[in-house]
Amino acid sequence: MTLEALNYATAWPEIFLLCMACVVLMVDVFIAEKNRNVSYLLAQLSLLGTFALVMVGQTDERVLSFNDMFVQDPMSDVLKQFILGITFAVFVYSRDYLKDRNIFKGEYYVLGLFAVSGMMLMVSANNLLMLYLGLELLSLCLYTMVAFHRDNGNASEAAMKYFVLGAIASGMLLYGMSILYGLSGSLVLSDIAHEVANAGDNKIGMVFALVFILVALAFKLGAVPFHMWVPDVYQGSPTAVTVFIGTAPKLAGFAMIMRLLVEGMGALQTDWQQMLIILAVLSMAIGNIIAISQSNIKRMLAYSTISHVGFILLGILAGTAAGYSSAMFYTISYAIMSLGGFGIIMLMARSGFEADQLDDFRGLNQRSPWFAFLMMILMLSMAGVPPTVGFWAKLAVLSAVVEIDMTWLAVVAVFFSIIGIFYYLRIIKLMYFDDAVDETPLSCGRDMQITLSTNGLLILGLGLYPAGLMSLCLSVFN
Amino acid sequence: MTFIDLNFYFFSALLLAAALGVIASKNPVHSALWLVLSFFSCAALWLLLEAEFLGIVLVLVYVGAVMVLFLFVVMMLDINIEEMRKGFVRYLPIGALVALILAAQMIWVVGPIGPDILDDESLKQAVRHGADYSNTKELGRVLYTEYVLPFEIASIILLVAIVAAISLTLRRRKNTKYQTPSKQIQVKRDDRLRIVKMDAEAKE
Repeated sequence: MTLEALNYATAWPEIFLLCMACVVLMVDVFIAEKNRNVSYLLAQLSLLGTFALVMVGQTDERVLSFNDMFVQDPMSDVLKQFILGITFAVFVYSRDYLKDRNIFKGEYYVLGLFAVSGMMLMVSANNLLMLYLGLELLSLCLYTMVAFHRDNGNASEAAMKYFVLGAIASGMLLYGMSILYGLSGSLVLSDIAHEVANAGDNKIGMVFALVFILVALAFKLGAVPFHMWVPDVYQGSPTAVTVFIGTAPKLAGFAMIMRLLVEGMGALQTDWQQMLIILAVLSMAIGNIIAISQSNIKRMLAYSTISHVGFILLGILAGTAAGYSSAMFYTISYAIMSLGGFGIIMLMARSGFEADQLDDFRGLNQRSPWFAFLMMILMLSMAGVPPTVGFWAKLAVLSAVVEIDMTWLAVVAVFFSIIGIFYYLRIIKLMYFDDAVDETPLSCGRDMQITLSTNGLLILGLGLYPAGLMSLCLSVFN
Repeated sequence: MTFIDLNFYFFSALLLAAALGVIASKNPVHSALWLVLSFFSCAALWLLLEAEFLGIVLVLVYVGAVMVLFLFVVMMLDINIEEMRKGFVRYLPIGALVALILAAQMIWVVGPIGPDILDDESLKQAVRHGADYSNTKELGRVLYTEYVLPFEIASIILLVAIVAAISLTLRRRKNTKYQTPSKQIQVKRDDRLRIVKMDAEAKE
């Protein structure tokens, strides 16, 4: 076997990113404490470089490499671009936050870069082994980042919960994968798909494996009833880490579902459709209803994540190209919305003050009309009110569900999103109609102002002109 | 009986004896040393099966690293043996039950009554290779070609584990008291001593 046969050129972005992560790790050791910005800039440069490499290497076909371990297709290209872009913004937002808390260290960026490469490998996995290794690379980095603020008891508790539950989920995933491997005799997804389609008597065993895999996926995405870790981890970890956990990994999770369920076990669609219906309905119900009673905004957004995951699953369970592309559209727009939401929380936070209570948002309009406006757009988008992108995302998912004659499911989804509007509107009410308790003016760097404003306006812009992103998502599945 | 068979019986007998020694000896240090011997015998058995790589790794990793660490821990902890033996009778029934089930499973799988797996075709296909065949080389060939990507990613995961462990546990305490000999030597009288001029006090 020659080096060319590996076709390693398809993985240039990943190779570059992994090398750069090691460079940042080494550079960070040798620079003085006051030059810590160098690590930050290097990390951002590596993200930009990787983004450029993904753009350059873009392809319309499905290219396999590394002995069918790795696949490059339009879906992986699009998801990688968004993962990199979102992580770039996460790093911009978190810089001041980390500095204020004396945890502005190179490890945050090193682990962040490794996590991004884990996500990229998950997105491009064509083999159960790669899928698992990518997931573990991502999770291991996230566990550490949650515990990153060592002197904070809540963060340690959250990390412990996340680690234990994540390990259980990984165990479930491995168990399901091993059954699948035993029955199909292959780790390659396309071979598995072939075996699943011709399963015959083995079908019951395949469904058994599917159950374990689905439980693990639900755990990782945070779908009810496997959502227990989400609120605690979102609340306990430093907001700079919450924003990372709540955004880019959702895209990787979406890719993982697509690879495992659709590419690997597409023949079992009727089976996983039923299971996903249960997960989706429960997630939308529990997420939206429990979010109402939260007084901590990070916790509230965690429950809102759970309800959004329900919507994403709704798109996937439709099982059509329109359904998959709507789910992808939803995942991307949700990641951008949640990025902005946590960005605003980090903007308001300063040393010794987390700004994570709903009451901290009282009278934000008096303190900064512009950021109150951005927050309003974000909340309206999460609630699904036009003319924001959240509306189009919900509409696309619902129409995909209606198309497969599951109108009752669409009605249930609309019902619970109406309940959900309450807690999003409450924040708008607090910002605009209440008086500010805390008059301290908001201050942040120019880079954060620009990124946050772009982030907020992107929600509005994509809401006014959704066709571009929508056709991009559609083209991926055709 | 060939020479290889003789070797097999010798090392298996040694392995069984050592394993008995692990559970029978009263001193935990002796147990650990017996375990080292059982690892060695097991490695020898693997060599007989042409699994040199596994055998070497067993000696290098388990004997060389894990057991040494284990011995350190056993020696450092003051384990009260009487305390450990207290529950023996209480746990005996469940222990015996587990052992019985294990034995039954083994007999079922390899014994004469169960699904005779030793008769399986794939097992019969196993061939003995010549002296020029290297098991380690073959493993390396697969690892670095077919599985090169997962192999590299696994190494990256280990790197992340190292970074994570260090970043979570390394603490430089600012208030620790420590000595710097060079500074101690260079100390001047003025650094330590303060001479206060006082007027002589009048006698009452």
